Amino acid sequence: MYDTLIIGAGMSALAAGIRLAHYGQKVCLLEKHWTIGGLNSFYRLRGRDYDVGLHALTNITPKGAKKGPLARLLRQLRFSWDDFAISPQIGSQVVFPERRLSFDNNPELLVAEVAREFPAQVDGFRKLVASIVDYDDLTDEHQQISARAHVATFLTEPLLVEMLFCPLMFYGSAREHDMDWGQFCIMFRSIFMEGLGRPHAGVRLILKNLVKRFRSLGGELKLRAGVSRIKVENGRAIGVVLEDGTELEARRILSSAGWCETMRLCDDGQPAAASRAPGRLSFCETVSTLDVDPKQLDYDRTITFFNDSPEFHWTAPTVPCDLRSGVICSPNNFAYDEALGEGVMRITVLANHDYWRGLDEQQYELEKLRWYDRIIDSAVRFVPDYRGRVIETDMFTPTTIVRFTGHDNGAVYGAPTKQLDGRTHLENLFICGTDQGFVGIIGAITSGISMANMHCLRE
Amino acid sequence: MTTTDIRTEILDILSDIAPDEDLTKLNDEENFRAQMELDSMDFLDIVMELRKRHRVQIPEDDYVHLASMNSTVKYLEPLMKDM
Repeated sequence: MYDTLIIGAGMSALAAGIRLAHYGQKVCLLEKHWTIGGLNSFYRLRGRDYDVGLHALTNITPKGAKKGPLARLLRQLRFSWDDFAISPQIGSQVVFPERRLSFDNNPELLVAEVAREFPAQVDGFRKLVASIVDYDDLTDEHQQISARAHVATFLTEPLLVEMLFCPLMFYGSAREHDMDWGQFCIMFRSIFMEGLGRPHAGVRLILKNLVKRFRSLGGELKLRAGVSRIKVENGRAIGVVLEDGTELEARRILSSAGWCETMRLCDDGQPAAASRAPGRLSFCETVSTLDVDPKQLDYDRTITFFNDSPEFHWTAPTVPCDLRSGVICSPNNFAYDEALGEGVMRITVLANHDYWRGLDEQQYELEKLRWYDRIIDSAVRFVPDYRGRVIETDMFTPTTIVRFTGHDNGAVYGAPTKQLDGRTHLENLFICGTDQGFVGIIGAITSGISMANMHCLRE
Repeated sequence: MTTTDIRTEILDILSDIAPDEDLTKLNDEENFRAQMELDSMDFLDIVMELRKRHRVQIPEDDYVHLASMNSTVKYLEPLMKDM
């Protein structure tokens, strides 16, 4: 009999597992895939290391900072700042036609950039920032009012509004066209006020630290252990049945599988699954290895968010990939002590899940090649043309995301409606991860910690 | 446990929670919250560590006594004197 079974072994599940194992619980992580990480993982292909998911960690506050989500999760998981060896970004930018806003981990730069590009808006922008600073993300009053409507009370220039929403939506909006004000504040702070960073070794360092800690505390991890159903008796979850038929009993279950996905696993046939729409926003990403560091091509930006018209469209595309906007990430362009080696350019764009899932194997390979070229053709309108320097490529699609996360529609940020208290119709089944509320690596870890604290440690 | 032992134990818990913190400068009179920016999750951790290490049960209504080092030691003294 386990104290807690955790479905999944991504960031939120690992963080929850560490909390529970630290306080002496018998806890087991059940991962469907053959590797840990879920959306944020890593792999080796033809002799090279790749990261999936992570472009940059958000919420990067310097060593010694006591406030903010990063400091909080380090304390909760008993890690030191140095364990993650995070290097800050060099600097990033939002590029729209004729307009550019640069930002880095010093929030004053963005204020100066707004003043330069939109002088008449800067007073309103300062007031907006002040109201975001005051937002308390630990209260449950997630203000589900329209961020667009609220931001419009501070800013009157539509182009500036679009340029601010573009990075925040790309890095964490499950909702199309708009964001909740609470989510907007969390994302704004995490990207524009705290900042971006990356460990030299990428996401594998974070995952390895988490899993090592979990195991050292006596936690169990089962890979290739997909849950086929959650057994329900008298309004309680009593355990799970794995895909290979193994049955495991538990006092409680914490699931990072997603809201709809978890509801479908429950064998009491309750209708909650149908009552909530799954997310629709998924991505394609191209990864290009270059024979030079991007800085030698005169490109030192960490992340470039681009959009080719005055209006930014955050919605599931009807075409296979939406080439109007995207995110260009160069893992080389962080302030490391030691250079990364080969150059890497990653381009992320919105993609149509149904299109990619509907292709047969041969078409899929062909379409990947075709859209790889189109995505990069689109991106080099905004960054130096690196096409002649590419020595290796890879690409993921919504199909890849479904395979690694199990999330419906390959929805990167989960369902648009979040279950902030993590509760379900069963008194001892809870959810954590993207569908609980917070997104991104720091957000997912925070979700695992807070759901473990709230539901699994108070007895 | 003497009051000195209890203080040492609390310091050990705090250094466990916040390994990057320099606790030699801790002012025993002043609130942890103000000095270390501890939030509600951290206070829960102090309570849970005491339960894990010493089986001391602290009811939620008593969390207010854990505000500073002096008030914490004073509160724990009768609970931990026979340990």
